[in-house]
Amino acid sequence: MSEHQLDARRLLCPMPVIRVQEAIEKLDAGDILQVSCTDPGALQDVPAWCRVHGHRILSAAQTGDEVHIRIEVIKQDTPA
Amino acid sequence: MGEKSALICYAARLFSHSLFDIFMSTQRKAISLISGGLDSMLSTRVIMDQGVHVEGINFFTGFCVEGHTHAIRKKDKQKPKRNNALWVAEQLGIKLHIVDVIEEYKEVLLNPAHGYGQNMNPCLDCKGFMVRKALEWIQQHDYDFIITGEVVGQRPMSQRRDTMPVIQRESGAGDLLLRPLSALNLPPTKPEREGWVRREELYDFSGRSRKPQMALAAQFGFEDYSQPAGGCCFLTDKAYSDKLVDMWAHRSSRDYELDDIMMLKVGRHLRPRPHFKLIVAREEGESRFLEGYRKQFTHLFSSSHSGPLVLIDGEVGEDDRLLAARIAARFGQGRDADEVDMEITDPDGQSETLKVQPMPASEIPQDWYV
Ligand code: SF4
Repeated sequence: MSEHQLDARRLLCPMPVIRVQEAIEKLDAGDILQVSCTDPGALQDVPAWCRVHGHRILSAAQTGDEVHIRIEVIKQDTPA
Repeated sequence: MGEKSALICYAARLFSHSLFDIFMSTQRKAISLISGGLDSMLSTRVIMDQGVHVEGINFFTGFCVEGHTHAIRKKDKQKPKRNNALWVAEQLGIKLHIVDVIEEYKEVLLNPAHGYGQNMNPCLDCKGFMVRKALEWIQQHDYDFIITGEVVGQRPMSQRRDTMPVIQRESGAGDLLLRPLSALNLPPTKPEREGWVRREELYDFSGRSRKPQMALAAQFGFEDYSQPAGGCCFLTDKAYSDKLVDMWAHRSSRDYELDDIMMLKVGRHLRPRPHFKLIVAREEGESRFLEGYRKQFTHLFSSSHSGPLVLIDGEVGEDDRLLAARIAARFGQGRDADEVDMEITDPDGQSETLKVQPMPASEIPQDWYV
């Protein structure tokens, strides 16, 4: 298990979601991804993306102009 | 149908599908192009109900009517800031892959073989491109076929009886492309011929009426879905297309970056001279958004009155700066004052204060508005 940071500040949705998706593709189950964004839409979109992919949101909050989301990577199987 | 009987029906259907799957031995997999609208939501559900494993794919071209602009403008703050494609995926309980195609899409928009629709929307080429990208995806991920929510006769360019085969042909997807809502109006595709899906449980929707889709939505219990009027992107919007054409007309090339096309969604655009235009924030949210571009553009704001942030896109000389300041002052609280202090700052941070008389609305020709 390792910790990773993703700086998605100044990106407008859905770009933060796309960057999260690309980052998680390279991570292993149990890894933690900490994302920083400035588009307040990310507070809805990133957790929504995580829910549909089964990743766990450990925290999601807006502080000032920034949104910080902490994600635990869960890997699910697709039918063979 | 009551909620209970609908549930029983659904359970029975799932049970019969699992038996079907046992006979079929392997569960087939499809990728569905999810725009966030109702049609792709319905077509996905129709195929899921046949026991196929479906995941969604959504292509971000930079022009999509999603997320960001809702976040920028304050007037939209009442509405939930949701990404409709993700919302659809969540309702359906499927994964959604959002793919950045901004770079590749430039070629589609700049040189569409089939031309543009009513505005700058290259719908036919666009659909062909997206299905081709979906084909690449299924080849990489070992999926079996592609679904779209297209309906024969629904849209004037990309969803005509004669253009739907063009998408199949030019994307290379051929008969791996299934349109569940209109399948009965079209020749059987491979998923139907091979028995991966039961053709008799697909639909024969056609034409512009939305009634069949709404009836099916009610049957599935879908509510609160989005139904974009013009299409899935800003290119179908006249005001947006005019700004895009104006931008190209005043540049040496038609190339663009994501920032360029984002800025066209924000603010009032005025072009008082061919070599520069002003982008005037319409409210606080837009001012905040434009603030992010202060290091790239010369910008103005009033230091004596409250008012919007205004960016200057283009090269400006001394006279132009004065003109820009007078116009910018017109959009602030000092519009009726005799004199307004306008602070003008270059991208390198150098700034000066110009004392100007705001330009009266009557002196701003209508054709300056892009
Ligand atoms: S509306 Fe926009 S995204 Fe949809 S098919 Fe047309 S060009 Fe493509």
